[in-house]
Amino acid sequence: MALKTETMVLNMGPQHPSTHGVLRLELEIEGELIISVKPHIGYLHRCFEKHAEAMSYPQVVPYTDRLDYLASMGNNFGYVVAAEKLMGIQVSERVEYIRVIMAELQRIASHLVAIATNGADIGALTPFLYLFRDREYILSLFEMTCGGRMLYNYMWIGGLSHDIHPDFVRKTKEFIKHFRPTVVELNNLLTFNKIFIERTANIGVLPLDTAINFGASGPVLRGSGLAFDVRKEDPYSIYNRLDFEIPTGKGLVGTVGDCWDRYYVRVLEMEQSLRIIEQLIDNIPEGDVQSAIPKRIKPPKGTVYSRVENPRGELGYFIISDGNLNPFRVKVRAPSFVNLELMGELSKGHLVADVIAILGSLDIVLGEIDR
Amino acid sequence: MKNSEEIFELLKKEFGEMILGLDKDTPVDPIISIDPMQVHKIGAFLRDNEDLKFDSLMVLSGVDDANGTKTKDEDGTDVISGGTLSVYYHLHSTIQKHKITIKVSTSRENPEVESVYNVWRTSDWHEREAFDMFGIIFKNHPDLRRILMPYDWEAGFPLRKDYKNPEFYQGMKVPY
Repeated sequence: MALKTETMVLNMGPQHPSTHGVLRLELEIEGELIISVKPHIGYLHRCFEKHAEAMSYPQVVPYTDRLDYLASMGNNFGYVVAAEKLMGIQVSERVEYIRVIMAELQRIASHLVAIATNGADIGALTPFLYLFRDREYILSLFEMTCGGRMLYNYMWIGGLSHDIHPDFVRKTKEFIKHFRPTVVELNNLLTFNKIFIERTANIGVLPLDTAINFGASGPVLRGSGLAFDVRKEDPYSIYNRLDFEIPTGKGLVGTVGDCWDRYYVRVLEMEQSLRIIEQLIDNIPEGDVQSAIPKRIKPPKGTVYSRVENPRGELGYFIISDGNLNPFRVKVRAPSFVNLELMGELSKGHLVADVIAILGSLDIVLGEIDR
Repeated sequence: MKNSEEIFELLKKEFGEMILGLDKDTPVDPIISIDPMQVHKIGAFLRDNEDLKFDSLMVLSGVDDANGTKTKDEDGTDVISGGTLSVYYHLHSTIQKHKITIKVSTSRENPEVESVYNVWRTSDWHEREAFDMFGIIFKNHPDLRRILMPYDWEAGFPLRKDYKNPEFYQGMKVPY
C-alpha cells in the first residue's frame, strides 16, 4: 500500500531574523523541498505616498530617508534629481561632487550590510563583525557632515543642508586607505570560503531573460550577466564624466546568475565606488552649496519619471505636479519591491535552508517595499 | 532608438483607433494615451516589435485624476463623482535604449483596465498595488488581491483623493 502524502504549509516570519525586517514567506513544502513561496508584505506600510501628497516638496525629503533606511543618501538623491528635473534647476558643481561622493560612500556602507547579513544568515558570523566595523567609519563621516547616522535629510532640492566638514576630505582619504585591505581580508574570510561557496554556488539561479521580464535591477540583474547600470545607461548628475566599470556575474564558481554571483557583484562594486570617490575627492570645486535653492518651490504642471542607481537597484520617482506647492502624486519604484517578486521563481525545487541564502542574496529592505 | 513621436506614429499605423493621442505639453516626458481595454495587445506589440523592443516595464503607477465633480459631505470631506482614474506605464528598452510613457484612463465608477501580466511579469505586484490603493480592476490578472493594506481592509482605497479614514478597524479605534 502506498503512503498517502500531502504538502505542508510553513510560515517563515513575520518575525524571523533572516527576513531582514517584517516579511512573511508562506512556504509550501514537501519534506524539505520547496513547492512554492508566496511573500506577504505590508507589515511596515506607513502611507509614504499619501503623506507626500499632503506636504510641500522640500518636506518630502526626510520621508524619503525612511524608505530604504540603509541607503538614505541614495533616496534623497533620487527625489531631488526628479524634482530638479521637473523645475529645471541646475545645481552647482560643488553640490554635484559632494552628492556623488556621499552616494558612493552610502553604496559601500549598504553593500557592507548586504554582504555581512548574507553571510551571517547562512552561518558565517565573523565577517559580519568586521564589516560593521568598517561601516561605522562611513557612518561617522556622515555624522560629521550632517549630524545624522542613518537618516540624513542631507540633499535638498537645489542644494545641500550643510557644507562638508573641513576634515571631511582628509578622513575620507584615510577611510579609502584603510578600506582597500579589508576587501582582500573579506575575500579570504568569506568570498572564497569553501563552505560559503557550497551554500551559494548553483543556488537560486536567475536566467537573464527572466530577470529582465521580472524587472530586476541592481546587483540582482547584473549578477545574471547584463551590464545594466542607470549611472551609465541614463546618466544623472556628473556620472557621465566619471570613469568606472560595471561588474557582472560570470559564474566563477557555479552558474551565471546564482546567489554567489549576486554576492560577488556587490564586492566588486565597492571597489568601483572607491574609484569614483578617488576621482572626485581631491578636486571638489569651491562654491556655495545652497545658492541654487529656490525661495519658493513650486514646479510647473507636468509629470516626471526619474531614476537613479541605488545600492539595491533602480530607484525611480514618478512625480505628478498640478502646479501647487504640494505634489499631486508621488510614486516610488522601489528596487527591493520588484526584486522580491523573484522569490517564488528562484526558490522552486530548492531546500528550506536555501530560501535563506536566496533571500539574503536579493538583499531586500522592507522599509522601501512597504513604503 | 526612436523618440516618442516616431513611436506614436508607428502605433497609430498599427492600431489606428485604439491610440488616443500624444500629449507633448509636459515639461519632461511626452505621454501617449491608449485604450485601456487594448493595453495588453499594444503592450505585446511594443515588446516584440524589432524596432521597439520595450522589454522592461520600469514602473506602473495608478493615479486618481480627481477631475470629477466635487461635493462636500456632512463632515467636510471631499466626495468626487465622475471623472477618471489613470494608469501610467513607463517603459524602457534594454536593447534599443529608448523610453516611453503610456497612459490609460478609465471611469471612476467602473475602473477596468486589461492586465499586462502576460507581457511584463513586473506588473504583477504593481497592478496589485494599484488595485489596493485606487480600486482599479485589472482584468485577467491571476491573483488580484490587496498587497500593502491588510487583506480584510474594508474602508475603501487609500490613495483616492476622497478617501476617508474609517473609525474602526476590527474593533480597534483608528484615529489616535
